[in-house]
Amino acid sequence: MGMTSNNWVLSAGVFAPLVGVAVMLFVPKSEEQLHKVIALATALVTLGIGVFTLLKFDFDQANVLQFFVDEKWIPVVKARYVIGLDGISLPLYILSMVIVVLVMIYSWNHIPSPGNPKAFLMLMLVLATGMNGTFVAQDLILFFVFFEVVLLPMYFMIGVWGGEQRQYASLKFFLYTMFGSAFMLIAFLGLFFQTGAESFVISELSVGAAALTKGTQALIFAGMFLGFAVKVPMFPFHTWLPDAHTQAPTQGSVLLAAILLKLGTYGFVRIAIPILPLGAKEWAPWIGLLAVIGIIYGALGCLAQTDMKRLIAFSSVAHMGFVMLGISTLTDFGINAALFGMVAHGLITGMLFFVAGSVKDRYHTLEINRLGGMLKQLPKLGWILGFCAMASLGLPGLAGFWGEFPAILAAYQPMEGLNTGLFRGYMVVAAIGTVFAAAYLLWLYQRTAFGEPKPEFADGGHEGHGGHDAGGHGHGGHGHEDEHGDAHGADLHDVNAYEWVAWAPLLLAIVVFGLVPDLMFRVMDPAVTDLVRNAKAAIGIGG
Amino acid sequence: MLINQFLLLGAVLFCIGVYGVIARRNAVLVLMSIELILNSVNINLLAFALRNGADIAGHTFALYVIAVAAAEVGVGLAIVLLIYRNRRSIALDELSTMKG
Amino acid sequence: MLASATAESAGWFLEHAWIIPIVPAVGFLFELFLGKRTGKLSNHGAYFGVAALFVALVLSCGAALNWIDRADAGHGDHSALVVSGAGESLPVLSAEGEGGHSVGTTATPVIKQWTWWSNGGTTFSIGQHVDGLAVVLLVVVSFISFFVHLYSLEYVRGDRRFTHFFAALTLFTASMLNMVIAENTLQLLLGWELMGLCSFMLIGHWWEEEPNARAALKAFFTTRTGDVGLLVGICILYFSTGTFSIKDTNEVALAGTIDSRVLMWAAIALFVGCIGKSGQFPLHTWLPDAMAGPTPVSSLLHSSTMVVAGVYLVARLYGVFYQGFDMAGGGVNLILVISVITILISGLLACVQTDIKKVLAYSTVGQLAYMMLGLGAGAWTMAVFHIFTHAFFKALLFLCAGSVAHSGSHHSFDMKKDMGGLWRKMPITFWTWMLGTVSLCGIIPFAGFFSKDEILANVGYQGYELFMWLGLLGAFFTAAYMGRATYLTFLGSPRGAAAGEHHEEAHDPHAGHDAHAAHDSHAAHDSHGAHDSHGAHDSHGPHESPALITVPLVVLAVVSVASGFLNALPFGLEYFTNWFEPASQEYFPKLSHAPFHWSEALISVAIALAGLLVGLGLFAKDFGPLKGLTKRFAPARWGHTFLVNKYYLDALYEQVVVRALAHPIARAAYWVNQRVIDQIVNTAGRISAGLGRWVYRWIDQGVVDGVVNGAGMTASGSGEGLKGIQSGKVQQYGALLFGAASVAAIVLVVYIRAK
Repeated sequence: MGMTSNNWVLSAGVFAPLVGVAVMLFVPKSEEQLHKVIALATALVTLGIGVFTLLKFDFDQANVLQFFVDEKWIPVVKARYVIGLDGISLPLYILSMVIVVLVMIYSWNHIPSPGNPKAFLMLMLVLATGMNGTFVAQDLILFFVFFEVVLLPMYFMIGVWGGEQRQYASLKFFLYTMFGSAFMLIAFLGLFFQTGAESFVISELSVGAAALTKGTQALIFAGMFLGFAVKVPMFPFHTWLPDAHTQAPTQGSVLLAAILLKLGTYGFVRIAIPILPLGAKEWAPWIGLLAVIGIIYGALGCLAQTDMKRLIAFSSVAHMGFVMLGISTLTDFGINAALFGMVAHGLITGMLFFVAGSVKDRYHTLEINRLGGMLKQLPKLGWILGFCAMASLGLPGLAGFWGEFPAILAAYQPMEGLNTGLFRGYMVVAAIGTVFAAAYLLWLYQRTAFGEPKPEFADGGHEGHGGHDAGGHGHGGHGHEDEHGDAHGADLHDVNAYEWVAWAPLLLAIVVFGLVPDLMFRVMDPAVTDLVRNAKAAIGIGG
Repeated sequence: MLINQFLLLGAVLFCIGVYGVIARRNAVLVLMSIELILNSVNINLLAFALRNGADIAGHTFALYVIAVAAAEVGVGLAIVLLIYRNRRSIALDELSTMKG
Repeated sequence: MLASATAESAGWFLEHAWIIPIVPAVGFLFELFLGKRTGKLSNHGAYFGVAALFVALVLSCGAALNWIDRADAGHGDHSALVVSGAGESLPVLSAEGEGGHSVGTTATPVIKQWTWWSNGGTTFSIGQHVDGLAVVLLVVVSFISFFVHLYSLEYVRGDRRFTHFFAALTLFTASMLNMVIAENTLQLLLGWELMGLCSFMLIGHWWEEEPNARAALKAFFTTRTGDVGLLVGICILYFSTGTFSIKDTNEVALAGTIDSRVLMWAAIALFVGCIGKSGQFPLHTWLPDAMAGPTPVSSLLHSSTMVVAGVYLVARLYGVFYQGFDMAGGGVNLILVISVITILISGLLACVQTDIKKVLAYSTVGQLAYMMLGLGAGAWTMAVFHIFTHAFFKALLFLCAGSVAHSGSHHSFDMKKDMGGLWRKMPITFWTWMLGTVSLCGIIPFAGFFSKDEILANVGYQGYELFMWLGLLGAFFTAAYMGRATYLTFLGSPRGAAAGEHHEEAHDPHAGHDAHAAHDSHAAHDSHGAHDSHGAHDSHGPHESPALITVPLVVLAVVSVASGFLNALPFGLEYFTNWFEPASQEYFPKLSHAPFHWSEALISVAIALAGLLVGLGLFAKDFGPLKGLTKRFAPARWGHTFLVNKYYLDALYEQVVVRALAHPIARAAYWVNQRVIDQIVNTAGRISAGLGRWVYRWIDQGVVDGVVNGAGMTASGSGEGLKGIQSGKVQQYGALLFGAASVAAIVLVVYIRAK
């Protein structure tokens, strides 16, 4: 089954945030600083456990489920508490913890109105538990529980701390995702009953599912597809995303983009494909089609936006299109690309949303035609935005490239049995999509960062005093906490210390993973290779 | 033996009762109609009990129905009384505050 | 399996050629993070760049010398050194030396690999593949980049983003060097795209003015569009050859085991990328606009190095193109068609430009097309040689233009308005410009003759007569517009700023205002609103540029002239071919070379001279007192030329005939370019944006989201509707109950009856 040493580690990592929640429950609401401290401490402890996990992870056996736990949980429904970590889950697991820590740091002086850090941070910790748990769950019911757990905190975060249309956005998010999850649950149950398995554990179900007919597999896959596709989000199930992202507070957007979207694609890789390879093969052309439509459609949507956050939200649709294209090829190139792309997208788009949030903080608007000249007034922020734009459009040397290029490469030669002509068409469309990506990102950058600041904000900021303009990010994050009184309520100070601390790891990671992608590929590759090999064997394709 | 006449009687009483339940305004009359229905059912049961001979299920059931009817009338009249006290009228078509 | 071949050392510089891109990359990091801090000490970071480039130049020259030794030794049975980073030697291909090849070298490339990433069980490497071609480019790039860095110390002095400029310049050099020595197509792609990024940053260096930002975006988008082809091509190649490695790809391609149609598609796709990057028709429109950047940028990126990347790609993967386009078969292929179209249109366009940088930009487009023409016809060595020589004299010409702007025409690049008669005041600039011009025109014994005309000779030799003649026509145009540019800039009588008129425009508060003390800045009245600022604003009249500018000019001029002799066929010198063209290698096709004929040479020189004189004479519109002197017939005018040179140049007026022919045609070409081709590009952009808006509003918000909202409304609507059933009336409930029961009863009865 799996290696069982240190098998408390994963449970600790998953449930540690709840300990923080419990502590925070007893601290009165007014002790805001204390809450922030406790929350950050909890997040750091969780990250520490994550680092420990990383250190204890056996990279030579990255294709085996490690830190394995198999306990009884709910015998009546045959659900067991089974968790494990392998090369596919590890990057996302660590990413989740890291992002939570960074978001906590960012929240130090950025709690959105109406305040109440106690509730906000508690919800974030609950969210952390849900996210961490999803990536390690190996039992379908357990997976489902964690999958749904993330919905409520996010619903509240959007609904209470969000923008003007937060009610609509949060409700839409919740219901839409739940709608998909309903089908997913039906699929899980269908799988359970059809295979006659004794439990919901993924490995057992995989064995049982091999006996199912192609049609049954396809049907069950369809149910799972719906559930995951809403989460990814895939066209045409994506319409919740722009609203949710636009209305959510910055921290919510970052978490949503960086981690929550990955739950869907992760579900494909962890559950849908290994258990139902025949079904996956039936559906692959359709998934690929929707993926490339998403790439182009997302890009077109971006071009039409006037709100910066909404533009970034649509760009997520486009990026996840690349990820899904990689998955739909059912090859090791493709799935590796998809997994890398997930992490890269998390880093890059998370960073973009951070920037957007900071822009909102300072300019009190995200309307693109009201922004401009950011490089003049906030040079460092402008630089970071430019850097993220370049990373997002897939410039080689930065992490985004390794999510896109191998996907395009994989599309040229999908798994045997899939229509190569069709997929090569997808490949060309996806390549054209990279041009569109450059278009909307650089156009955004030109309108917001280049040129002159609009008269509205011209006096709101202070010019970078000589020595600070455009010299790249100075190391050591010296804070520019000068605030100038302004005439319009805009408060244009450049990047401050908390933001630097929160962002530097992301920026560094984007460069490091871009230049040395093997750091991640080495971890994922064994597990992915096994996955593809097993899938092929199950389908009956040689080699 | 033929029990047609008993069934017929039962049916006729049933229909009268249903008519009363649906079409009468007065709550007490409705209750009476319900009694009529119940009794018609009783007749039906007894007729078949007579036909089947050895099986006393019919008889037992009829007794059961009588008991339940009695209870139901008691409760029903109590409710009607309360309605009268609160609304000064027991016309059923005026009682529609629980509409959707 | 692992042969322990005696690793014959290829020379330290060759073995460690991978250091060459790293040095400027380190320089870039220093500039980025320490440039501002070290302030005056490092000239705000610029010295890091200069030093890094110097080191890179030394290393490149060392590598070149190593290679020359290796080439001269040319042993056939010394196997290619393929050493993995871990030091094991991989199975080795022995290149067999064939006797009987009188040109080229049998020296094999020096290849190193380290693991970069792994996927699907296979590992992919990053490393170096250094052969003759790479060495040529290494030297060219580091040489020119070094001198441009030096030049920029003066030219960009006092600029608002001085450090940033140098950082981008150095990063660019690092990326291009990386691309040059790339061992595989992925690494090449990395360098390629990073160059695009640096180009974007440098063109838009003065991004405060919108035209500059737009030019930068246009450059990036156009090259990115071409990059679609590059991506697709790389993917096709990977799956058909099974490797990313450049050497192996070429070998497999030439071995003939792959379906030629697949190779053709790969070649076409890759060529699309080259069209974008090297500014060939129809993706050439970005290059002239790219002149919005500072002149050193134009000199380095958009004339001698970055735009050459497309040509380099074709040369590097020549096996693929050779097989894919079936060059051995001698048919007309895509490369030839595109390049010859580009030559002609760029030549005509250059004839009507008023901005000197745009003339040079179109000229670059045309010269790149010559290189492509050579490659398309199988004249690989000559094309590469033209890369070599062109880099020097084109960089020189741009730097001269910059020198003129810096010290002669008061930051204006408009030849008609602000230049003229500068040859007296700026002698060094003038003479170096002339050397560059005659080199470009292909006049013997200057460098361009030995490279460009040899390309044409080879094109004709391979059987593409028509293309050769069209190329000669292009050479005529080249000379013509260069003559015109020379006249307008340096000869004739001074106009505008060159005459010392100092146009002060209102100082916009935003124009170049930044916090660097002790400088002034003013909006320049040139065609692309680019402006920079310099320190001491001295005498109003034109004057020669300071040493930091003129020294690079002189050096480049000398090199421009001398470089030609590396491969001067008329004089029997064939160093270039013998050192750098791979012969009897499995990864390079066998090529044939045209023998040299003096008759051909003289024809082309004559054409070039004719063009030059036509340009000087006919295109020159003089504003001085001798205007309107004559509408003479051509022979009379020609007679004058050789007698009274100076007089002739000042006194001329256009021929009605020439005017009727040349101006309308050239203008028409330009109109087509701007109004049709570029318009298509712009409309595509507008359509995309409009489509995006439409799709968003109607489909996304209307249909897709409408379905979602509709589902919600249906739910609540049906709820409203069904609400009516609950009337609150007990009797109705009762009625319903009885009704349902009776229906059930009937059904039951019927059912039982049916049974």
